[in-house]
Amino acid sequence: MDLAILWFVIIAVLWTGYLVLEGFDFGVGMLLSILPRGDREHREKERRVLVNTIGPVWDGNEVWLLTAGGATFAAFPEWYATMFSGFYLPLLIILVGLVARGVAFEYRGKIADPAWARRCDLAIQAGSWIPAVMWGVAFGNLVRGLLLDESFQYVGGFWALLNPFALLGGLTTATLFLLHGAVFVALKTDGDIRHRAARLASGLSVVTLVVAGGWALWAQLAFSEPWTWIAVLVAAGSLVGVVVTTRQRREGLAFALSAVTIVAAVVLIFGSMFPDVIPAVDGGTSLSVAEASSTDYTLTVMSWVAVFLTPLVIAYQAWTYWVFRRRLSTRDIPAPAGLSWQKIKDAAF
Amino acid sequence: MDALALARWQFAITTVYHFIFVPLTIGLAPIVAGMQTAWVVTKKERWLRLTKFFGKLLLINFALGVVTGIWQEFQFGMAWSEYSRFVGDVFGAPLAMEALAAFFVESVFLGVWIFGWDRVSKKIHLASIWLFALATNLSAFFILAANSWMQHPVGAVYNPETGRAEMESIWAVLTNNTLLAAFPHTITAAFLTAGTFVAGIAAWWMVRLARSRKPEHLETARTVYRPAVLVGVWVMIVAGLGVAFTGDVQGKLMYEQQPGKMSSAEALCEGTESAEFSILAIGPLQAGCEDVNHVLSVPGLTSYLGTGHFSGEESYLPGVYDVQEAYSERYGDVTVDGEPVTYTPPLAITYWSFRLMIGFAAFSVALALAALWLTRRGRVSDNVWLGRLGILAIPMPFLACSFGWIFTEVGRQPWVVAPNPTGIDAVRLLTDRGVSTAVPPGMILTSMIVLTVIYAALAVVWYRLMHRYTIEGVPDAVRDESPEARDDDTDRPLSFAY
Ligand code: HDD
Ligand code: HEM
Ligand code: HEM
Repeated sequence: MDLAILWFVIIAVLWTGYLVLEGFDFGVGMLLSILPRGDREHREKERRVLVNTIGPVWDGNEVWLLTAGGATFAAFPEWYATMFSGFYLPLLIILVGLVARGVAFEYRGKIADPAWARRCDLAIQAGSWIPAVMWGVAFGNLVRGLLLDESFQYVGGFWALLNPFALLGGLTTATLFLLHGAVFVALKTDGDIRHRAARLASGLSVVTLVVAGGWALWAQLAFSEPWTWIAVLVAAGSLVGVVVTTRQRREGLAFALSAVTIVAAVVLIFGSMFPDVIPAVDGGTSLSVAEASSTDYTLTVMSWVAVFLTPLVIAYQAWTYWVFRRRLSTRDIPAPAGLSWQKIKDAAF
Repeated sequence: MDALALARWQFAITTVYHFIFVPLTIGLAPIVAGMQTAWVVTKKERWLRLTKFFGKLLLINFALGVVTGIWQEFQFGMAWSEYSRFVGDVFGAPLAMEALAAFFVESVFLGVWIFGWDRVSKKIHLASIWLFALATNLSAFFILAANSWMQHPVGAVYNPETGRAEMESIWAVLTNNTLLAAFPHTITAAFLTAGTFVAGIAAWWMVRLARSRKPEHLETARTVYRPAVLVGVWVMIVAGLGVAFTGDVQGKLMYEQQPGKMSSAEALCEGTESAEFSILAIGPLQAGCEDVNHVLSVPGLTSYLGTGHFSGEESYLPGVYDVQEAYSERYGDVTVDGEPVTYTPPLAITYWSFRLMIGFAAFSVALALAALWLTRRGRVSDNVWLGRLGILAIPMPFLACSFGWIFTEVGRQPWVVAPNPTGIDAVRLLTDRGVSTAVPPGMILTSMIVLTVIYAALAVVWYRLMHRYTIEGVPDAVRDESPEARDDDTDRPLSFAY
């Protein structure tokens, strides 16, 4: 097989890993003030349960994005350069969101103070919602195509990125991740919150079916190839499966199915783009897989690296999910271990 | 300001900021792993207490290293897209390898370490901090491979058809002699930074407790903080020697590979034998060197750094004027907006950053010597000056690291990919040709302001947390939470939770 095509597939796999994994931790972040119930103290405990379900894994999930970025740089420099400079502002917003939530996860418990916790929760929620929407907008634009000049510079301007198709893409990823997160919480927690999450998930799965189904049909009919109908059907089928399995409270299966939906969505997206990495619109130039790729030598080197390292990464990452497989409930949450706000203030400078 | 100037400022600000957290993570992770090993092997509780204490500081620091790194990964494509097109075939490979080989290990096993105290066996828990420590150092190797290639391109050719650099040998890129010198220099600098951090904090605590005169405090000073001081001091001594040695190797390479950088380190205008190393220069360095007076000089030292000879014919160093002339001849008087390119970096910055890099290490030397002397033969020191010196010394190696990078990067100007005079000098790129053409200056200004504001806010939080958790000191009571130490199998609250 042509190495450039292989790498197009590998990049798609890396994005799949990213969106499936970070998809649920975005979802958990988005649910932070939606799910918890009860009095103030109990709500705080439930929020800590939520944060701790992803505590040991979120950073590892995010590295899939860094790898996708680095691999695009190595295998498709023209794509990396055109896409990232073209998406300058949206990417900035996404990255700011990721920075905010990363810090908030790590520093939330370092200061035992309700006001501090609220601020961190705000950062976690904003930092989860914003990228969840924006990734959809970005991929929507890649499926639809970007206006490039002959030297592959994006010349469409910022506002052109906010077209209806891309915006619906944003709504699609947001509902999909919210659902994926709710199913994950149902799978990973115990007690009252588990049941609330499951109920929410079963409602959400219907909404997602409508929104994501609409977007997928639009993408399929307007921009895609016949064979990607398979992806559309798989996505629809697995979403129906989520509806059914969440009703039956079979959370493991439901989680697997919402993951399959995301996989199918990525297949649809990359399948629609191929054989371009950035299709043309409005009479502009397209950037094809072949034009964007590195030399065969670089791709060969990178293939060996990927062949050896990717299975290893998947193996030890899967192992940590096994280590932290236990369901969490409010009973597992110890008293806050951070220092008081007063202490932090007293020590200032 | 135009897009170029903004992109450069933005790169400089965000990268230098990222590199505040990086050296501490790189150096402190293995030190904490060493402390935990000492606990597992000797079963002495003090090592567990130290592990928890410094481990917490490591985590506070690591968080900012991670989030500032995310931006780093993307900004090449966003603000430096033409640069990315030019170098991607070569430069992208180590970046992708860094993520696959190092970042995954780092993040996954740190998660196991933080949350795994009572979940995995002692051995696996210990192995996870070692894997984490190893991976932080490995990540430095890959990113420095990318950076060294910009300083000294090897293993690549220029393809005139596509106008891009193309990789010929990944082996050459990963064994670049510039890398083999820059990697140990950066790593030893990171260990010097972390060693100073550990020794400084522990010395301050030791003195503080010793002065309280309460027997139980004296006991803690003797059994917990004094050993920590010694750990820090020995790390400093070994790393300090390593920094000097590898810096010397780098000087020799730089003389061959980027002669202009060598002479601009001394602001040397005319070529000379037995070039001195001045401690101070007076005069307007930017303008040229006519009116510059170098005072307090060590004769021949700059020559030695570059050539290995203090005096004689072999000690000849070209001046920046000579380099300017040679480069103009070789690469032509390329013009940018009608102005000819000057092949001389901004001398005031290179001159001073080089001195400050080396100079700031003096604080670590002073702390190491003072601490060794005052703790000799089992003594616990209550000398206030030792405590003050400990605190004062902590920020100094951070500053030295920043200035080292500023020197390395600014000294490379006007190139972003410097030509390799001993090999493939067709692979070269002027900095101003690297900036994104599709991004208007207003956008770069926006991102620069947004990032600077966020980074400033994060710096305040980081500083306060580091400061306060340092003042908390080593925890008194620690319990062995490992599954082996538990007699029952019932669920307890998590030993660690966010
Ligand atoms: C010499 C070492 C060194 C240098 C020059 C750089 N970094 Fe760095 N970086 C590290 C050493 C490091 C590290 C020690 O591995 C960090 C710091 C703290 C940490 O979390 O890992 C890290 C974190 C870190 C992360 C987050 C990793 C994660 O999520 O776990 C990214 C994406 C980058 N870096 C990317 C970069 C890029 C693109 C750089 C070039 C401009 C760069 N770093 C310079
Ligand atoms: C692999 C690592 C690195 C790469 C690939 C890299 C690359 C670059 C690039 C592309 C520029 C822009 C050109 C320019 O403005 O001169 C630059 C500038 C700069 N970099 Fe690096 N850099 C790396 C590491 C670092 C680190 C770790 C630091 C310091 C902490 C640093 C400090 C700077 C500074 C201060 C500038 C501004 C120079 C100027 O504007 O004249 N760099 N570097
Ligand atoms: C005897 C003392 C030292 C000498 C001779 C020395 C020499 C050098 C040289 C020649 C470079 C530039 C390499 C290049 O551009 O190709 C450099 C860079 C650097 N130095 Fe030093 N240095 C010394 C001390 C220190 C200290 C004390 C620190 C920090 C604690 C430090 C940190 C750095 C860093 C981070 C860089 C940039 C990365 C690199 O290029 O390796 N150096 N040093």
